Amino acid sequence: MTVSNVFRAEGLGKTYPGVRANDDISFAVEAGEIHALLGENGAGKSTLVKTIYGLVRPDEGRMTLLGAPYAPQDPRAARAAGVAMVFQHFSLFDAMTVAENIALGMENPPPRAELSRRIAELSRDYGLPLNPARRIASLSAGERQRVEILRCLLQHPRLLIMDEPTSVLTPQEAEILFATLRQLAGSGTAILYISHKLEEIRSHCDRATILRQGKLVGTVDPRAHSARELAAMMVGAEMRLVDRSGRKPGATVLKVRGLSTPAGEGMALKDVALTLRSGEILGIGGVAGNGQEELLAALSGETPTAPGTIALEGRDLSRAGPETRRRAGLLAAPEDRLGHAAVPEFSLAENTLLTAGARQGLIRRGLIDRKAASGFAQEIIRAFDVRTPGPDTAAGALSGGNLQKFVIGREVLGRPLVLVVNQPTWGVDAGAAAAIRQALLDLAAQGAGLIVISQDLDELLELSDRFCALNQGRLSAPRPTEGLTVEEIGLMLGGAHGMEVAHVPA
Amino acid sequence: MMIDPLSVFILLLGAATPILFAALGELVAERAGVLNLGVEGMMITGALAGFAAAHASGSPALGFLAAAIAGAALSMTFAALTQFLLSNQVATGLALTLFGLGLTAMFGKPYEGMKAPAMMPGPLGLNWMIWLGIALVPLLWWFLARTRPGLILRAVGENHDAAHGLGYPVRRVRILAIGFGGALAGMGGAYISIATVLQWTEGMTAGAGWIALAIVVFAQWNPWGVLAGAWLFGGVTVLQLRLQAAGVAVPVQLLSMAPYLATIIVLVLISARQKFGRSGGAAAPASLGRPFHALK
Repeated sequence: MTVSNVFRAEGLGKTYPGVRANDDISFAVEAGEIHALLGENGAGKSTLVKTIYGLVRPDEGRMTLLGAPYAPQDPRAARAAGVAMVFQHFSLFDAMTVAENIALGMENPPPRAELSRRIAELSRDYGLPLNPARRIASLSAGERQRVEILRCLLQHPRLLIMDEPTSVLTPQEAEILFATLRQLAGSGTAILYISHKLEEIRSHCDRATILRQGKLVGTVDPRAHSARELAAMMVGAEMRLVDRSGRKPGATVLKVRGLSTPAGEGMALKDVALTLRSGEILGIGGVAGNGQEELLAALSGETPTAPGTIALEGRDLSRAGPETRRRAGLLAAPEDRLGHAAVPEFSLAENTLLTAGARQGLIRRGLIDRKAASGFAQEIIRAFDVRTPGPDTAAGALSGGNLQKFVIGREVLGRPLVLVVNQPTWGVDAGAAAAIRQALLDLAAQGAGLIVISQDLDELLELSDRFCALNQGRLSAPRPTEGLTVEEIGLMLGGAHGMEVAHVPA
Repeated sequence: MMIDPLSVFILLLGAATPILFAALGELVAERAGVLNLGVEGMMITGALAGFAAAHASGSPALGFLAAAIAGAALSMTFAALTQFLLSNQVATGLALTLFGLGLTAMFGKPYEGMKAPAMMPGPLGLNWMIWLGIALVPLLWWFLARTRPGLILRAVGENHDAAHGLGYPVRRVRILAIGFGGALAGMGGAYISIATVLQWTEGMTAGAGWIALAIVVFAQWNPWGVLAGAWLFGGVTVLQLRLQAAGVAVPVQLLSMAPYLATIIVLVLISARQKFGRSGGAAAPASLGRPFHALK
């Protein structure tokens, strides 16, 4: 056979009520290549790979695998045909052991002893050390991903799908992952790699298929294009550059000293200290689950801390609740839009009351001023270009990006002295993300102090004046962002967490 | 005043059996991620159906079979509502209990005052149902911990999205688990009417279903723990009856309360240990009580 296509899609289409998720998608993945699938959130990447993995049935079009017609009824049929997938949100069972998790991903797992032996053998070959008897709950994000990958490798897949695998890894861990993928590709496996990290795709992928709003833009050689060109293909327009000018650090506004929280369900904060000046953006990076949510909760007032740990313009707010802190000018926007920053069932006008009630005078003598709330919501919608019919729309009906613009806008328009945001552009399309970043920069230019917590290193490098890493609940000393490289940041984030590179000749 | 430990133990086995059955059934449902608070309703339904069948046929064995079918049939109402219509599991379970109690009060009227046929004796003078209940404990442990269907059932209860993503039929597994729970609850209820009280009385399960639910938590979702919990409860029940008979100078009301008090105390101790102790996270299945809906 001369054709080296492992997988081919022809005219795939899928419609959900109100959304054309995939429209006439055709592309092919060849043996031994790392093929990127590129697109913004909502471009149809997830629907497409779910179709390939048998989780979604296409309305039209057909697929071939290894030259034969391919129409999997469910993921088990897909696995039997030689397709494996590593999910973005891990499909692991926390209370079970590594071996049990791997057995669940196999059609006919061997007996326990034999399976453990094969796991140990394969994990050694690929430099992914794992103990089959450990429970998933005790593993780090990088180790959990190894479990997912090993689960796939034990099936000897012909096509391996990876859904945004590096979003939970440090840069060093990501390098090790790519070494493993390269080794796999070298042995003839086709790899379909989903991501929206352009630099990563340019340095590691052989070809890239780009989707935009459910439609195919084209398949290109990512090395032949700049990141800007790829982004333009993804978004369909030139990206706006953010404007960093006009910022002057002023007096200290927020001082945090010796901030610790008890070990509860999440990560305990350990002796966190930071100083924030007005007009400054302090970026805090870290791999998910290293204390980001806890830090935001401690600063916003959801978790009171020991007296003397948090001072806003010299006033001790450590024991004050969120409402007192908001009145004093310390505002926060948490990561989780639905349920934490906004109530999905409430209208946008009602959602303004959650944090802006006092500062905007929307509540008078205990009664809600509906007209004022509606007006403020309208103001946010206008200033932040929130695409919605109006202030009476339920928050849950907005797309992720639009709701995020609304939530950030609510705090920015609250004229804060200090604003703390966690993951301000998570799951937001590139256009909205640029608008949000510009709003944060403008707010700093007007003299507010900002703390931006994010897992997106490029975002932190773009926005912040100084950078700290949050690792295992400890905050590193700040370093000026100017001249900081991604490698240095990776080491600040905890390096490769003890992983090693594959050491079997490919 | 003398209380013979051996005779207390033999009585304890009998008193523990209805709860043991119901709790083992609920354990399987909960390990699959389904919280069915309708145990009491399924037990009382089994008690009546079992009694009626045993009375009509003269065979206790047929009675237990009918009880299992009736319990499973009632649990299918719960399954249809929670798995297909995605109703709230807590509310639906409570409704199932009320429904079972009401239904049996109505259909049970003609059976009041009738006598059950004699139980078939088993080895060591204990009836076969006691032996079956005890045998179910290692069997279920082995099924859950060692077999592939057991692994899949636990996977569904632990993370239904991941199980679905791997291609396992979440809904089908849960319906089967609910049905199994219903059948065992029905048999547990029938044990009360056929083997303990030997007649039908309205509301005769008297909260045994709720005790069974508590014991699943007490057992930390482990079959061996269920056995320990059922025996502890059975022991307190028998002991307080003995103490009443021996005429101890403690108010009867207080003694009758003892089994329920013991349940509450044990649950408090477990929660306290989880909150303050070093024992780590709870053993509860992570998807317990959460509705599952897959987009196709």
